[in-house]
Amino acid sequence: MRLTCTVNGSPQQVDDVWEGESLLYVLRERMGLPGSKNACEQGECGSCTVYLDGTPVCSCLVAAGQAEGREIGTVEGMATEESLHPVQQAFLDAGAVQCGFCTPGLLVATDDLVTRSLAAGAPPEDAEIREALAGNLCRCTGYEKILDAVKLAAQRMAAR
Amino acid sequence: MTELLEPRAIGRDTVRRDGEAKVRGTATYAIETPVQHPAYVHPVQATVPLGRITGIDTSAAEAIEGVVAVLTHENAERLASTDDREFAVLQSDEVAFRGQVVAVVVAETSELARQGADAVEVTYAEQPHDSALRVDHPDLYKPEKINPSFETDTAEGDVAAAMATAHVTVEETYSTAMYHNNPLEMHATTALWDPSAEVPLTLWDSTQGVHPDRAAVCEVFGLEQEQVRVICPFVGGGFGSKGTPHAHVFLATMAARAVPGRPVKLGLTRQQMFSLVGYRTPTIQRMQLAADRTGRLQAIAIDVVEQTSRIKEFAEQTGVPTRMMYASPNRRTTHRLAALDVPVPSWMRAPGECPGMFGPEVAMDELAERLGIDPVELRIRNEPERDPETGKPWSSRNLVQCLREGAERFGWADRPPAGHREGAWLVGTGVASSVYPTMRQATSTARIRYEDGRYVAEIGAADLGTGAWTVLPQIAADALDVDEGDVEVRIGDTRYPIASVAGGSSGTNTWGSALTVAAREFRTKFGRSPADGDEVSGDVDQASKDDAHAAYAFGAQFVEVRVNVDTGELRVPRLYGVFGAGRIINPRTARSQLLGGMTMGLSMALHENSVWDTRLGQVANHDLAEYHVTVNADVGDMQAHWLDEHDPYVNVMGSKGIGEIGITGTAAAVVNAVHRATGIRIRDLPVTLDKVLTALP
Repeated sequence: MRLTCTVNGSPQQVDDVWEGESLLYVLRERMGLPGSKNACEQGECGSCTVYLDGTPVCSCLVAAGQAEGREIGTVEGMATEESLHPVQQAFLDAGAVQCGFCTPGLLVATDDLVTRSLAAGAPPEDAEIREALAGNLCRCTGYEKILDAVKLAAQRMAAR
Repeated sequence: MTELLEPRAIGRDTVRRDGEAKVRGTATYAIETPVQHPAYVHPVQATVPLGRITGIDTSAAEAIEGVVAVLTHENAERLASTDDREFAVLQSDEVAFRGQVVAVVVAETSELARQGADAVEVTYAEQPHDSALRVDHPDLYKPEKINPSFETDTAEGDVAAAMATAHVTVEETYSTAMYHNNPLEMHATTALWDPSAEVPLTLWDSTQGVHPDRAAVCEVFGLEQEQVRVICPFVGGGFGSKGTPHAHVFLATMAARAVPGRPVKLGLTRQQMFSLVGYRTPTIQRMQLAADRTGRLQAIAIDVVEQTSRIKEFAEQTGVPTRMMYASPNRRTTHRLAALDVPVPSWMRAPGECPGMFGPEVAMDELAERLGIDPVELRIRNEPERDPETGKPWSSRNLVQCLREGAERFGWADRPPAGHREGAWLVGTGVASSVYPTMRQATSTARIRYEDGRYVAEIGAADLGTGAWTVLPQIAADALDVDEGDVEVRIGDTRYPIASVAGGSSGTNTWGSALTVAAREFRTKFGRSPADGDEVSGDVDQASKDDAHAAYAFGAQFVEVRVNVDTGELRVPRLYGVFGAGRIINPRTARSQLLGGMTMGLSMALHENSVWDTRLGQVANHDLAEYHVTVNADVGDMQAHWLDEHDPYVNVMGSKGIGEIGITGTAAAVVNAVHRATGIRIRDLPVTLDKVLTALP
């Protein structure tokens, strides 16, 4: 089938997509966007988190056909050539990156959490952060620096 | 004694050099290697735990449009070496464990390869298998050595006599579960066999060591080193499972050789990783402690039973830390293995020390309780002046300082009494020691060249997220006496000089030593004003290796747990660690490593458990839905601290290695805290709420 959607603001069209393919597969294998990672294929680890019409989803659990006509945002769309997104910069500054494999999914999930929280009027509390990111497994860092990064990102995004 | 490098870049809290590529999503992992028109490889796994293949029908798979090749033991190439039976893929009809690879399908897409793999029909003559580890297994045997080359058993004095006459004894059995490393990046290899190229075989492999990887592939396929290149700029975690190649690396190579000129990609699924890339063996630890009334140990002994596979021996050195942690005149350690019809166990973060600091550190807590002595104080009273095993002086040993500083930071002196209750929660605190040996490998070479006004250092090392990309330039800068910004370090490619595996917390110690030798030779040869292209190589300086001292990093971990009296739910609001781990090269990457180790220790205490189905001979919970690891919401206030330690005996950086110590002792501290809270002593991991709930009053 032919799949037409918008990815990181650009219209995309790919042919010969198999109906059973995941959105993650389409992004990685057909669109040349390997930033979103595959680490479990069953929606447990969060490494493949992307925005689908503004809602974070595990792209491994979204069938390609479900993305038809919709807007997708991935880690590749967060930064500009010149500058990093504040969430990306906060992860770097806080030392929240190790092997980097969980990072792309965490960045999208964090951006969603912080944006929602700030829209509701306050940066996220520690417990809220830990709960909201409980679906993004990290095997390296121990989460402490990720917590710091989220708080730093919220602080910077609130100031903008 | 070594004069330590003057720290200027060393010790600075610098940003990870590979960080920007990782947050942008542009860091390239093995499976993402951009290659032209790749084919995809998917393994077919044995569905019996033991037996012989009586027939393989590949016709249905081959009939699928887009399937390029199907390889089985009947048509696969004969390997040059089959000595290592884990590596000798598709060489016979024997099935030694469920999940062993019996065929691979090569296809145009990964989905087609998977479909093809499903269509391969294999029939087996199944034989009765034995995959159940028991302390009284009839076939237990004594391995010749334990990993990597320790004596299997040690004994001094008379433990039995001390146990018979001591004021207080502890004699209990502890057990740790089977664990799977589960790095987030699934094991993967991209391979290209191009017979007409100068270097015919290229592997982009997710590995903790490109050089050891290449050496294994060369041996198995009968290739010369010059014929193989292994590339690995980024690794999505390893924790030991990528420290040695596993079957899929050889399968990818074999598949590439079956389609010359065309690159192939083999990415294991999470489920496949539970039988193909190693795991930590379950251990059963029989502990004996005897002490006088002041708490001084009169005997310490550990008798370990664990498993290995029938096709390849791996003997986890679980009893080794008991040999050196505490002073005692009577001592014994033994290791016995059952060779079972199971996948091949291997390295997982702190092999030996991780499980081996569970039983002993819980037993010490039990001893403290029976003596009525504070468990921090009990450990301090048994501090050995020298290494009890070898009699060597310590290069530096700051366990007591770690215990004291940890107690201070944690507020140990004011901890609540045993069984303290706050609402529906029982609150308890626990402590345990941590240890990891300080190692430096014998082989590594660094090459330094002056190029375009800066220094380029090349070494075939690996960064699995640990920070090598970041800390090696810091070391090289200090060794060259230049700004860190003037140094570029290149790693992760066999085109760069040989480097040891990123394992045993030895990477920085080893590679940094080689870099320092090369830098000094560079300055000797070319002075402070080199010409463009000036270049030298330097090897790890074995002559400077100190064998006169026993070198270890030490630590202490303090835990607060809360146990819900109605549900048995366990929470860990606080986990503090204090470590004496030599000089810290980069506080930012170091803290993350230590916290990550402690979190994996917490995970071992409460969550991780590969549930073995003895009837089927497989891990029942072989995915991340059922194999639970600690998540963000499981963690509370977690802190890692370190002492300002100056050790002139370990290496020129004064570093001890920090990748593994964090996971040692954590699970014992949790168990000890649960006991303090509830009075329930859990001796088999993990501490799940069912074990607590049934014993709660």
